[in-house]
Amino acid sequence: MSTFWHWWIVLLTIACLALVTWILFATRHAQRKDITEQTTGHDHDGIEEYDNPLPHWWFLLFVITLVFTVGYLLLYPGLGHWAGLFGWSSQGELERSQLKHERRYAPEFARYGATPVEELLSNPRALRMGQRIYLNNCALCHGTDARGSFGFPNLSDDNWLYGGTVDAIKTTLLQGRHGIMPAWEAILGEQGVHQVASYTRELSGIDSGASPSDLTAGETLFKNNCTVCHGADGKGNMALGAPNLTNNIWLYGSTQIQVEYTIRRGRNGVMPAWKDILGEDKVHLVTAYVYSLTHQASAPEG
Amino acid sequence: MSTATLQSSRDHQPYNYKVVRQFALMAVVWGVVGMATGLLIASQMVFPDLNLGLPWTSFGRLRPLHTNLVIFAFGGCVLFATSYYVVQRTCQTTLALPTLAAFTFWGWQLVLIAATITLPMGITSSKEYAELEWPIDILIAVVWVSYALVFFATIMQRKSRHIYVANWFFGAFIITVAVLHIVNSAAIPVSLTKSYSAYSGAMDAMIQWWYGHNAVGFFLTAGFLGIMYYFVPKQAGQPVYSYRLSIVHFWALVAIYIWAGPHHLHYTALPDWAQSLGMVMSLVLLAPSWGGMINGVMTLSGAWHKLRTDPILRFLVVSLSFYGMSTFEGPMMAIKTVNALSHYTDWTIGHVHSGALGWVAMISFGALYHLIPKLYGKQQMYSIPLINTHFWLATIGTVLYIVAMWVNGITQGLMWRAVNEDGTLTYSFMESVAASDVGYIVRAVGGGFFVLGMLVMAWNVCRTVCEPVPETVAER
Repeated sequence: MSTFWHWWIVLLTIACLALVTWILFATRHAQRKDITEQTTGHDHDGIEEYDNPLPHWWFLLFVITLVFTVGYLLLYPGLGHWAGLFGWSSQGELERSQLKHERRYAPEFARYGATPVEELLSNPRALRMGQRIYLNNCALCHGTDARGSFGFPNLSDDNWLYGGTVDAIKTTLLQGRHGIMPAWEAILGEQGVHQVASYTRELSGIDSGASPSDLTAGETLFKNNCTVCHGADGKGNMALGAPNLTNNIWLYGSTQIQVEYTIRRGRNGVMPAWKDILGEDKVHLVTAYVYSLTHQASAPEG
Repeated sequence: MSTATLQSSRDHQPYNYKVVRQFALMAVVWGVVGMATGLLIASQMVFPDLNLGLPWTSFGRLRPLHTNLVIFAFGGCVLFATSYYVVQRTCQTTLALPTLAAFTFWGWQLVLIAATITLPMGITSSKEYAELEWPIDILIAVVWVSYALVFFATIMQRKSRHIYVANWFFGAFIITVAVLHIVNSAAIPVSLTKSYSAYSGAMDAMIQWWYGHNAVGFFLTAGFLGIMYYFVPKQAGQPVYSYRLSIVHFWALVAIYIWAGPHHLHYTALPDWAQSLGMVMSLVLLAPSWGGMINGVMTLSGAWHKLRTDPILRFLVVSLSFYGMSTFEGPMMAIKTVNALSHYTDWTIGHVHSGALGWVAMISFGALYHLIPKLYGKQQMYSIPLINTHFWLATIGTVLYIVAMWVNGITQGLMWRAVNEDGTLTYSFMESVAASDVGYIVRAVGGGFFVLGMLVMAWNVCRTVCEPVPETVAER
């Protein structure tokens, strides 16, 4: 904050409070002592005004709030870059409470963080902690039941874009993922989009209703353009996060219109990186929870 | 020329009532539409199917339509009607610039119709209470400056030396809203229906809430205090309690309100100094706000017996009570420690509605019931018992609404901060939504009472306006 703005704030604040205080005391100074029937002599459309004094309790209330304000502005930041006698700042308070939180809870998280996920699977307390972290951070996209939603993968079906091993899940959580399907409109043309979409749906056993010639053309276009990522058999590639197109599991919908849209415009799926948000120990617990959804008969009760 | 002519000219003073009548009737119409929209979106919170699966009827688009219609359509029309009426009566003169006054009516209705069309279409600047896009913003600015010209030109040609206190409040409201609207709506257009704010980041947020809070402070408070200062003494037949009190609380209110905006941005990227100033100035605001309540309520002392028979006076008294309650609640919620619990919860929505339903709408009803018969040369409203029915529907509706939101708000605030023994949060957000269901149903029931009252009013107004004047023959 520059010196100019500092003084701008200080002077405006003091001037405003001083003027308000002045008008309160000046008006009170000249007032009569008691309740009166005397009016000011004004008459506006038949409305008159009594010359009554300010109610005393109201005057005191006003003064108390003004005194509080002066005290508060001395103790806390408010007047430009005056830091206040307490030296309080919101950043400082956040750091203090984070430190307190760390001291109290970090040892337990660190203990679980150092335990292999396979062991945590038989530890209901650890899984419950993982579930709570999941519910407060992950459920917004993946759902409270982890079954995902349009554009957000289902985590409970043991079908994985980037692999379902402990390491793969943990890597996804720590570093995030960016699943890009390019837009093919310019390359395939509208007819090509239709043909490839029909062929792709047939891969999952959906009757696309397209003509045999369209399907043949679609297959040719698929082999020439799509197999690099999705594989010659269309079964995808976990190293790239390219989805398996043969299992009838659809991240962005299975209808002809939806699949055509996916091919025409592409898709852009983003899983954020949680390493800096949650820290490794909490990510480890979430990994255990997500892994437990498909690797243990009974998920912990929440 | 005889006494008869003099008599008649005294009875029919040359006031411009046409524009007042237009605004008064449209206030009732927009009140029905705006409040019914509110009832619909309140029900959508419990029954999402009422979104109808259509973008135009979804909560996100109808919510700004509701706020715009109740604040600027209903509240705005009430303010135009009453300020034009009061400024003429208390200055003993007709409206200056009558053509411009007529323009403010048609211009304002055009703004409101444009809002009703564009907001459901999803055309929005996304600034709360300032959602309308730039072409409509320009029209608002033009109408508002015309309003200021008409109002102040009328003040200039007043017959009395003093300016009545109601007009101070109307004047402050008109000037400040012009400044707020023009500054906050500054934007760079990219097409006819899309623009981007001229400010960015924390600065944009601060300007938005400087505007937002003073939309409450000047549009919904100063303007309606102007209404209070005319209609309360008039309906009670009593002098205003204290001229001195009105001086102090007017100047303190207008000087302090403008500082209070940052309390909407506690615990955000807004610098600490701004948050502190916003908090303490909000606390100082308590006494100036209560000054208005005290002056209104004390004006009624000596006329308490009239409450038994006069439902219009009941509306006015209850509105002052809600005003006092919400202006106590506001400063409390501005304290950072309280705000940490209340912010982002339904408590805020309850607080807004104790002001909006309890204060703004109730005093508007009282003023309109006083005003409409006079505008149409009637003795009184078509049915006094129906005013009483409306009073009870509105009061019960408001109480149900506020209590439901208090319970929900505190429940949500406590659930969000509950922590397990391992330091993780106890509840997911969805659990707090599920826990709010009962409150949402009670709120919708309260809203239903309020809308029903509004419909009773519309019927009563309709009958009052349409009944032929019995003295037509005698007058001739």
